[in-house]
Amino acid sequence: MFWDCAPSGSVIAGGVALAAGLALGIPAGAPLRRLGGSLLGLAGLIFVLVQGASAQLDGAGDLARVSPAAGAWCLLLVLMLLMADALAQLNPGPRARAGLLALMLVALLALLWSGTLSDLSVMQEFTSRKNAFRSAALRHLALALGSLGAAAAIGFPLGILCHRNAALRGAALPVLSFLQTIPSLAMFGIMIPILGWLAAASPAARAIGIAGIGFAPAFIALVLYALLPVVANTVTGLAATPPAAIEAARGMGMTGAQRLWKVELPLAMPVILAGLRIVLVQNIGLAVIAGLIGGGGFGSFVFQGLNQTATDLILLGALPTVVMALVAAIVMDILVDLARRIPEPLP
Amino acid sequence: MIEIDRITKLYGSTRAVDTVSLTAETGTITVLVGTSGSGKTTLLRMINRLVEPTSGEIRINGEPTHTVKPHLLRRRIGYAIQGHGLFPHHSVARNIGAVPELLGWPEEKIAARVDELLTLFGMEPAAFRNRLPLELSGGQQQRVGVARALASRPDLLLMDEPFGALDPIIRTRAQEDLRTIQRKLGSTILLVTHDMDEAIRLGDRIAVMDGGRLVQYGPPEEIIAEPATPFVADMVGDAERPMRLLSLIPVSELIETGPAEGPSLAADASLREALSACLWTGREAIPIQRDGVPAGRVTLAAIRARAERHA
Repeated sequence: MFWDCAPSGSVIAGGVALAAGLALGIPAGAPLRRLGGSLLGLAGLIFVLVQGASAQLDGAGDLARVSPAAGAWCLLLVLMLLMADALAQLNPGPRARAGLLALMLVALLALLWSGTLSDLSVMQEFTSRKNAFRSAALRHLALALGSLGAAAAIGFPLGILCHRNAALRGAALPVLSFLQTIPSLAMFGIMIPILGWLAAASPAARAIGIAGIGFAPAFIALVLYALLPVVANTVTGLAATPPAAIEAARGMGMTGAQRLWKVELPLAMPVILAGLRIVLVQNIGLAVIAGLIGGGGFGSFVFQGLNQTATDLILLGALPTVVMALVAAIVMDILVDLARRIPEPLP
Repeated sequence: MIEIDRITKLYGSTRAVDTVSLTAETGTITVLVGTSGSGKTTLLRMINRLVEPTSGEIRINGEPTHTVKPHLLRRRIGYAIQGHGLFPHHSVARNIGAVPELLGWPEEKIAARVDELLTLFGMEPAAFRNRLPLELSGGQQQRVGVARALASRPDLLLMDEPFGALDPIIRTRAQEDLRTIQRKLGSTILLVTHDMDEAIRLGDRIAVMDGGRLVQYGPPEEIIAEPATPFVADMVGDAERPMRLLSLIPVSELIETGPAEGPSLAADASLREALSACLWTGREAIPIQRDGVPAGRVTLAAIRARAERHA
C-alpha cells in the first residue's frame, strides 16, 4: 500500500508533493501552473519510489526485487500527460523546444546516472546487462536510422519521378500501400525464406551479410515499410506547390532541374520532413519486432522478457524504445517547423 | 517589334489559335482581348514557347523564336501572370532578382536593380526588400510580380490577366501605374484580358479574338467606333460605346474660351469625366485648368457633338 511502502515521513512528504502537484496541474487554464504542478508531482512520485525501494529492500536479501506497481505507472502517465499538455499550450518556438528537450534529456540522464533509482528492478536488470544494453541501443539506432536513410535514398528520387510521371505514380503508390498493409510479424517472417534462399543461391549476397535471419531481413523489412510515407509525402509535397509559382518559374526560363531545386523541393520540404518523421517514429517502434528474427535492438530484451515472463526485462526493452521514439518525434517536429519559414511580422 | 506570322495551334482537331498574324510595335502596349476559350492566352503562351505552335512563326526583333532554346528565350521575355506567381519562400528581393540570378548577374548589380524597381513601383526598398510575399497586400504582391517580370530589362513583357485577382479600386490604380511605367521605360507589352474596359484603358492597339481567330486589330477608337463584327460590338457593349469613346479623349481637345461656373477639371481629364461633372452638378460648362491656371471651358454641347460623330 502507498502509505506503508516507505518510512512514514517520506510517504507524507512525497504524498503531499504529489497531491499538491495534481491539484495545481489538473485544473485547466494556466499552462505555466500546470507545468509547475506536473514537475512537483513527478518529483514527489520519484521521491516516494526511491525511498520506498530502499525501505522495501532493507534486509530482504540479495535476490529481492522492487518494481513500481500499476498505480505508480498510472500516476507517471497522468503527470507526463499534464506536462505534455502544458508544453503544447505554451507552444514554444522551435529553438525553445530544442532547449527544453535537451534539458529533459540531461535531467533524465542525471537521474539515471546518479544511482537514485538503482534499487528499482529495471535498473538492476540494466546494471547486469550494461554491455548488452549498449550494443542493443546502437543496433536499434542503426536499424531505425539506417532504414530511414535507405528509404530516403530510394524514396526521394522515386517520389520525384512519381510527381513528374502520372503512370508511374499510379503503379508505385498502390504497391507501396500494399506493402504497408502486411502485418509486421508476417513481413519479418516473409523475409526469412526469401533472404535465406538468396544467401544460399549467391555467395556474393552472403558476403555482404545477407542471411535469412539477423540484421539484413530486419533492415530490408523496415525499408519497405518506410517507402510509402517517404514517397507519398514527397509526391504530396511537390503536388502542393502553388501552380502559379510553377507557371512563373517556367515562364521566367528556369530549367526543369532549377524548378525542382529552387521552387518545388524547398516548398515541399515541410511535408517531406513530416513523412520522414512518420518513418522514423514508426521504424523505432517496428525495430522492436526485429528482435524476433535475430535482428537485435531493444526487441531482443522484450522477447527474452516475454519468454521468461520477466516484466522488468520487457520494460528494459520497451522504456528506452519509447524515449527514443519520443525524442525522434520532437526533433523531427522541430526540423519541420524550421523548414516551414513562417513570416515574422516586421516592427 | 513582335511579328506573329500565320500562327496556328491545334489541340486534336480543335483549332485553339487559327492562322493569326499581327505585328506589335516596339514601345507600345498591345492588348489581346476575348472571351474565355478565344485562344488569347494560348497565343500569348506561344510567344515564350510555353506552348509550341503547330505551324507559323513568331519573330522578336526579326529573330524567329524557334531558333532559341525555350528556357533561354524565356529569360529574355518578361512574364507576369494572374495571382502574381511569386515564390512564397523567397523574399521580395529574391523574387524580383530571380531572372537576373538565372542570367548570372553579379550580386551587387542585382541588388541595385531590385532597389531601383522597388522605388519605381513606389515601394520603399529598405522596408520591402526583405519581406516575404505573404507579408504584402494584394496590390503590392501584384506590383512585385510585374517588377520581377521587368527585372532583366526584357525585350518584351507578356502579361496574362495581370490584374485579374485585384479588387476594382486597386486594379484601376495598378493599370494607371503600368501605363506610367511603360511610358517611362518604353517597354513593349503584350497583355491578355477578358475585360474590354482594361483593354481600352491600356491598349495602344487592341486585338479582339473570337474562337481562335483574330477578328479585329486596331487602336481603341477604331474598335469602339467601327466594330468589325457583331462579336466585337458585343464586347464593346452598345450602351457603353459613347462613354468608352469619351473616356479616351482628353478635355484639352475641346477647350474653348468662355465663362464657366463651379469646380474645375484638369486638362488631362477625359471627356467622360467632364460629362459626368456636367450631369452631376447640372452645369452646361465646366472650367478647365492647365497646371493650376484657368485655360478655358468645356461645354456639354461640345461633348455631345464629339460623341455624336459616330452615330
